[in-house]
Amino acid sequence: MRRKVTLFILISICFVLQTTIFKAIAFAGIAPNVLLVVVATFGFMRGKREGMFIGIFTGLLMDIFFGPYLGLNTLLYMYIGYINGLFKKYFYPDDINLPLLLTAGSDWLLNTTLYLLVFIGRRRFDYLYYLKTIIIPEMVYTTIVTIFIFFLLVKLNEWIEKEEKRRAKNIE
Amino acid sequence: MKNSRKRNRYKKQQYIPSKYILMGITFVCICTIFLSLVANISGGPLNSVAGYVFTPMQRGINSVGSWVTSKTNDLQTLRDVQKENKKLKKKVYSLRTQLNTIKLEKYELENYRKLLDLDAKYPAYDKIAASVVAKDSSNWFSTFTINRGSKDGIKKGMNVIADGGLVGIISDVGHNYSTVRTVINDLSNVSGMITNTYDNINVSGSIKDMDKNGVITFSELRDSDNKVKNGDSVVTSYVSDQYQQGILIGYIDKVEKDSNNLTKSGTITPAVDFEHIENVLVIKNLKQTGDVGNKDKTNNSTEQSK
Repeated sequence: MRRKVTLFILISICFVLQTTIFKAIAFAGIAPNVLLVVVATFGFMRGKREGMFIGIFTGLLMDIFFGPYLGLNTLLYMYIGYINGLFKKYFYPDDINLPLLLTAGSDWLLNTTLYLLVFIGRRRFDYLYYLKTIIIPEMVYTTIVTIFIFFLLVKLNEWIEKEEKRRAKNIE
Repeated sequence: MKNSRKRNRYKKQQYIPSKYILMGITFVCICTIFLSLVANISGGPLNSVAGYVFTPMQRGINSVGSWVTSKTNDLQTLRDVQKENKKLKKKVYSLRTQLNTIKLEKYELENYRKLLDLDAKYPAYDKIAASVVAKDSSNWFSTFTINRGSKDGIKKGMNVIADGGLVGIISDVGHNYSTVRTVINDLSNVSGMITNTYDNINVSGSIKDMDKNGVITFSELRDSDNKVKNGDSVVTSYVSDQYQQGILIGYIDKVEKDSNNLTKSGTITPAVDFEHIENVLVIKNLKQTGDVGNKDKTNNSTEQSK
């Protein structure tokens, strides 16, 4: 329960920040995708099941407010959480290289799929242009943001796990 | 006893393998995507719940943010503003003289209208002011949410304007917020009309052109006499079933002949500064489509066609 509440608050804060402040300070019209970092990192730390559920919640939130089609973001973020969860066995709290690679890869995957699903059907074939102006800048920003918040997320996760263990002990 | 039951339930929940959930939700999502493509559905009750939780937070943070930026801007731009003020004062004088002549002309026009028994051509729309609370969480779709929803009488399909130009259309409504799809959104299509020649065109948003030159594209212009020039203003057309007639979209930026030699296409500079949008007006009149006198009849026919 505590885990769910904490994650709910975390995702809410990130969502609110991403849609207000980050949009205001966006560089060249491109804002970093913090929610993706949260989904990918928690999937990576906690495994495919939890990553999947966090992805569903985050994607649904985006769909409700901004999604062009209801369910599109839910679908994409769910898969991002799930795929990142497959790498759980390589998770070490001190190592930041793999998470950086994973978020960068996830961001590329997310935006490319979005492009393939929404844009290519309407004869917007110039993938290289979109890659240059939207996908790669967002990937770079998101990766930079990951450097700053990855350890915060790891700490948060450790705190939740500690609390869970403590409570489990009390119950016994 | 209670604890063990709790744990059992936990085990039971774990028992459904992740991949089945993944497959199930994938199926549900694909269904809702198709439904929203075909029937234009929205989240329904989810909208209201989400609106209650997030809109107040976003509004709060946004107001703090805009307060800070306005304060920093105040210091930076004071000198520019003074310069601009001088320039604008000069402009005011010249405009005032223009206004007088226009007033005279308007008076004349009204007289003629009275003679012809015509009502005012553009009825005064019932408008409501709203401010932007949040912008699209991805970088692909130029959508934003405003702080007015169904409780203020906003409905899906209402037109949104700012700075005297068309911003977009309400695409989704919650209780205390609504989502606006702008005309520069890649998925947007508006029927426009060139005011000088009354030619109808199809105006569509495009990320690519917006990013490169700050313009949106138009197509389907039939102008065999080459009468359409750069700088001609484009307004929403009477043939549009979603947009009120005569709202300024922007000015023609470039016209090019299509490869079929029949139609032309090109770009339009929008009248609204979409980068710095903060306050908008929502026109509360919905476009009436179909004959009002035969309302029941049209309702029946739409039901049949569904």
